[in-house]
Amino acid sequence: MFDLLGTNLSSRLLLGTAQYPSPAILADAVKASGTSVVTVSLRREMAGGRAGEQFWSLIRSLGVKILPNTAGCHSVKEAVTTAKMAREVFGTSWIKLEVIGNHDTLQPDVFGLVEAARILCDDGFTVFPYTTDDLVVAERLLEAGCKVLMPWCAPIGSALGPVNIMALRSMRGHFPDVPLIVDAGLGRPSHAATVMELGFDAVLLNTAIARAADPVGMARAFGKAVDAGREAFSSGMLEPRDVAVPSTPTIGRAVFS
Amino acid sequence: MKLTVNGEAHEVAAATLAELLAALDYEGDWLATAVNSDLVHKANRAEFQLSDGDRIEILSPMQGG
Repeated sequence: MFDLLGTNLSSRLLLGTAQYPSPAILADAVKASGTSVVTVSLRREMAGGRAGEQFWSLIRSLGVKILPNTAGCHSVKEAVTTAKMAREVFGTSWIKLEVIGNHDTLQPDVFGLVEAARILCDDGFTVFPYTTDDLVVAERLLEAGCKVLMPWCAPIGSALGPVNIMALRSMRGHFPDVPLIVDAGLGRPSHAATVMELGFDAVLLNTAIARAADPVGMARAFGKAVDAGREAFSSGMLEPRDVAVPSTPTIGRAVFS
Repeated sequence: MKLTVNGEAHEVAAATLAELLAALDYEGDWLATAVNSDLVHKANRAEFQLSDGDRIEILSPMQGG
């Protein structure tokens, strides 16, 4: 069990719901991953349309907790209004706050992010800010009222994995008591295991599973990698050494000459 | 009255937001509405008076990462 802000979760993997080949594969991937939190969004509905209803019905049937996002918002106003609309529709005060600052990298506008986080925290939201690995921005987000931080490890959808291990390690060291979730940029289960070994509390990913040749198999693989990384972190890993150390006892070794 | 609904121009007789939703065949408790970039709660749609030129967003749950 993983206690995230007072909510007991059965998995340290949070999963996005976009880009799957079909709703059935999405549902199977959610189950195979073992996740208990999925991210969703709000988009324009067609007149007379039922797309939203069908998707919402599917998600509710999965019995997982919902983390709505403000994906695609480029201003504080857009993000705040979207968050409020999400709270009404999804019935949760959890919000994955995205304020995008650059079209190419999809990196967060950290100035707008802090401003929007303050407005939403003051309004009773539990804000999960999608941020960079910058320590000063992280401090500002905590001051704004955030209780959890979600740094990227690489640009959204890039599958690059952790490109700045030092920054992630530094973040973990500076905020030992703040839940830290790596959000965005993971491409392989080994990437997830790597950041979990650093002591991150959880990972959030979407594209690496949804766009895999077999999303259900990849969901299972990521679930195992997250568990393995966490257990390794908890078990105390050996520090690397520059010299060889024999693993077999040398005492009692036979001498033949 | 000329309105912009989800980015498209409409000319409708609806006086309130609730009437607009009905006129355009929007129904369901999974919809969220905003007028001129501010949330209008479901409970307030019947009283919310629309004005010429208003920009309305009607959103519903969708896949997201």
